[in-house]
Amino acid sequence: MNLRMTLATTTRVLGQLRHDHRSVALILVVPALLLAAVYFLFENESLPPGFPRTFDRVGLMMLAIFPFVVMFLVTSVTMLRERTSGTLERLLTTPIHKADLLFGYALAFSIMAALQSLVATAVAYWVFDLDIKGSPGFVVMVAVINAVLGVALGLLCSAFARTEFQAVQFMPVVVVPQILLCGLFVAREDMNQVLESISGALPLTFSVDALKEIAGNAEATAMMWQDTLVMGGIVLGVLVLASLTLRRQTR
Amino acid sequence: MPPLPAAIEATGLRVSRSRTEILRGLDFTVDSGRITGLLGPSGSGKTTLMRAIVGVQRLTQGHLTILGRPAGSATLRHDVGYVTQGASVYADLTVEANVRYFGAMHGAAAADAAEAIAAVGLEPFARQKAADLSGGQFSRVSLACALVAHPKLLVLDEPTVGLDPVLRAELWERFAAMAAAGTTLLVSSHVMEEASHCSSLLLLRDGQLLAQLSPGELAERGRSSDLERAFLTIIRAADDGQEERQVAS
Repeated sequence: MNLRMTLATTTRVLGQLRHDHRSVALILVVPALLLAAVYFLFENESLPPGFPRTFDRVGLMMLAIFPFVVMFLVTSVTMLRERTSGTLERLLTTPIHKADLLFGYALAFSIMAALQSLVATAVAYWVFDLDIKGSPGFVVMVAVINAVLGVALGLLCSAFARTEFQAVQFMPVVVVPQILLCGLFVAREDMNQVLESISGALPLTFSVDALKEIAGNAEATAMMWQDTLVMGGIVLGVLVLASLTLRRQTR
Repeated sequence: MPPLPAAIEATGLRVSRSRTEILRGLDFTVDSGRITGLLGPSGSGKTTLMRAIVGVQRLTQGHLTILGRPAGSATLRHDVGYVTQGASVYADLTVEANVRYFGAMHGAAAADAAEAIAAVGLEPFARQKAADLSGGQFSRVSLACALVAHPKLLVLDEPTVGLDPVLRAELWERFAAMAAAGTTLLVSSHVMEEASHCSSLLLLRDGQLLAQLSPGELAERGRSSDLERAFLTIIRAADDGQEERQVAS
């Protein structure tokens, strides 16, 4: 690996995004708007005193799920373009290492994800008074790890799509099951055994668990760090799988 | 001056892709510090041969040595530049950002990028997005991205397609200057009149090497100073030869 090439790739990917004002605006603003929608959806719920608002639970999880979905889409389309435009083949004739390329991408989109979740978390806290015990810093951390998971899966899935249309179709396959089973709609302990064990194998579940730890405890818990570590391991594993799909030579 | 070692050496080179044999046993050498033209009708295997030379196409059989090392060696990645037929650049980046990015892979400085942009005559457009350029300018961005690395061997797939005559002449002058400075160039084309700019020609037809000769020899063997006609004559002669052999067997 070569830091100069990794950073050059990060700069290049961010440069491409910078010229695309509309995408930048969508990435930064849409999650905050959707969060507002969730807030007003539950605005009139009547709760017994002392009972936490639904927004505090659902809104918090949305903060971590948005970056995952958005970065999956952005990355799979960008990487597919790289594969089809010939720039990937050209890059692989240069001394760049595959890891430089993948980590360059991951770093660029993590920066975008950090900005996105800073905006969304700030809105959740200051506009809608999100009420959790733990530190918002940890929420942003989990959001960024989720974003990198989205980047890694996007890089991997782009290898199995020939067109941008196909790349987008991977969302219902890869992203939606994770959202359904992560514990957002139904708590994991209330699922039937089959779904629960599938849920336990999906990466997003770990970050939702970590968020629950953050919401319920003022200090970082060992459980939260464990979930975070598992997520980190999964992300690395997927990035390694993605690097196997980059071939310098065709048969 | 002692003779330079061959930049490219192919022996019994065969490449098959999805069971179709595209290169069917090629033997040739390409001299260092010269411009070699790779000519042949479309579908004759020019691009596959170039891809094998730059190391992105796996060989099925035979040997291919580039600058003394087997094609595809990691150490060759600094020395071999490749300009694909369709311009492989980032349309959503400026000319400068494109050239600097590919330059960064070879440790090139900002000055190298500026020099490469100037070499293809795109200085006035350095800060423009590649997508906003004309077709000819766009393909020159791709060329600049290869020049920035100062490769020892530059492989160019149809670099002059879609360029006006003035630009084409300028590019050939640049290629000649590079060769004079020691760079080896392999340039494919299906426009025969461009063959006169090369010091040696590889004539490819159906994945086989029809001949390796100089433009002068091509004119002589094809009995025409019009290289296009000369090429046609040689191809037809080869076709007739093939038919006769088929009838005989």
